[in-house]
Amino acid sequence: MLKNILNLGDAALYCDFGDEINREINSNVIRYFKNLQKLDLKGVTNITPSYNKLIISYDLSITNFQSLKEKIINLDIKETENNKSKIIKIPICLKDEFSLDLKRLSEKLNIEKDKILQSFLNKEYFCYMTGFIAGMPFLGDIDSKIRLERLETPRVKVPKGSVGITEQFCNIYTFESPGGWNIIGNTPIKVFDKFNESNPLIINPGDRVVFYRINKDEYLKFNE
Amino acid sequence: MNKAYFEIIRPGIHSTLQDLGRSNQYHIGIPFSGSMDKRNYLIGNKLVGNKLKEASLEFAYQGPLIKLKLGKVTGVITGNVAFNILRKNSKIEKGLCYRTFELKDGDQLDIISTNKSVYGYFSIKNGFAGEYIWGSCSVNTKAKIGSNDGEKFGVNQKIYINKNESLSESNKIDYFNSKIEFIRVLKGTNFNFFSEKAKQIFFSKEFIVSKLTDRMGMRLEGQKIENIAEANIKSEGLIKGVIQVPPDGNPIIMLSDHGTIGGYPKIAIVISADYDRLTQLTPGSKIKFKSVELDEAERLYKLYEIETQNILGQIR
Repeated sequence: MLKNILNLGDAALYCDFGDEINREINSNVIRYFKNLQKLDLKGVTNITPSYNKLIISYDLSITNFQSLKEKIINLDIKETENNKSKIIKIPICLKDEFSLDLKRLSEKLNIEKDKILQSFLNKEYFCYMTGFIAGMPFLGDIDSKIRLERLETPRVKVPKGSVGITEQFCNIYTFESPGGWNIIGNTPIKVFDKFNESNPLIINPGDRVVFYRINKDEYLKFNE
Repeated sequence: MNKAYFEIIRPGIHSTLQDLGRSNQYHIGIPFSGSMDKRNYLIGNKLVGNKLKEASLEFAYQGPLIKLKLGKVTGVITGNVAFNILRKNSKIEKGLCYRTFELKDGDQLDIISTNKSVYGYFSIKNGFAGEYIWGSCSVNTKAKIGSNDGEKFGVNQKIYINKNESLSESNKIDYFNSKIEFIRVLKGTNFNFFSEKAKQIFFSKEFIVSKLTDRMGMRLEGQKIENIAEANIKSEGLIKGVIQVPPDGNPIIMLSDHGTIGGYPKIAIVISADYDRLTQLTPGSKIKFKSVELDEAERLYKLYEIETQNILGQIR
């Protein structure tokens, strides 16, 4: 549960749910997040859930740390429909031209390329959080055998749609962006759609995600 | 839609429409954005008699050269900015900040550059026609959202204006942009990740604003800040003003278009009262940090707000 509330500067609360990363702690974070979204507390400008923390930013001309902290401590947190998380299917093309770091993974882990891909495709993932760049989902946990640290030197440009893995996590680059994750494939699906203002993300925190393999032809025709 | 527009002859370095920014989207990775120097943005809108959330044209360093077509409008430039008005009859008028001027069909506005500051604002009566998403037309070039498909303006583009209207009387205020001596900060949630020496360096040495500074973040150079715990933390939410220290030991201050989550330890957070002036620091500027406590930061923000309201109140 919520362990501690600190101030993050003079305009945000730093709510600490624990040190580890696991689904139980993360579900608590998301439960608080969903309850707070519904409550729409006066002065709150943003609520940012992550693995095990929740940041609540506020307008300092409307409220302040002490008064908001008291409200949060006294919240009656209800279960949310979040428990019925959706399963999202994401197509992924694993051709060499998209699997930029498969060779590196194979060499460093000493596992055949195909085995790495198979292991990756065989698992269902959980969305811990979204963000950094618009709509980027942080998924986990990948099989312990295919875990590797980030690239020593991050790429200046990771192509849009790239699917990357690092440590226990997997993400999808919703935009071309700098980044250091090991890229294993690319998805043609629009993970972030700004024209769908009320529901711009297809993967939201708490959702479950499976990847399915498509060939180059299907990849090219996906958005037709 | 009104037909009148500004044609962009020279776009300037980074010209975008900005307003008060968008809230409640951090959780999907969309930061606040909005005017970097909110006070100057507000003064601009007030001087032309707008509601305080109307879209203004924000520019950085060199501003745009734009020509009004098919309309007339009252405008004003706020900030510390050198600019000229080039009348249709070729007469050149030297522009004065914080004083409204009227532009007619065929007149040009040449925003030459900001002086010893980064951002300036061009506000017009009734505002520019922006495209709204999540309650704001502010451009975020990273997520490509807001006006102009989320891009900065380019040459030959048009910026439409909401309504042809001039003020019957000109308006002005005397305002002086004070330079900030110390950036006041609160200690960050990872303050104790850093060595005693690093803490001492952070609060006593000068840092230099590097060239790698934009609307997303301000990178600093100086003596390295040594981390004695972990160089990375589990990624978590950020807010503007957070000072992260990556493994190389050079602090980065999150600004209005920042990534919404990050995994570097937070040594400190800039107080809200100092944010506007922080954003105006040009590359090469020397800055020093000063530690304050939360109650003082809250008091300083109240003072800053009262001061802003007083300035706006002086404008009729």
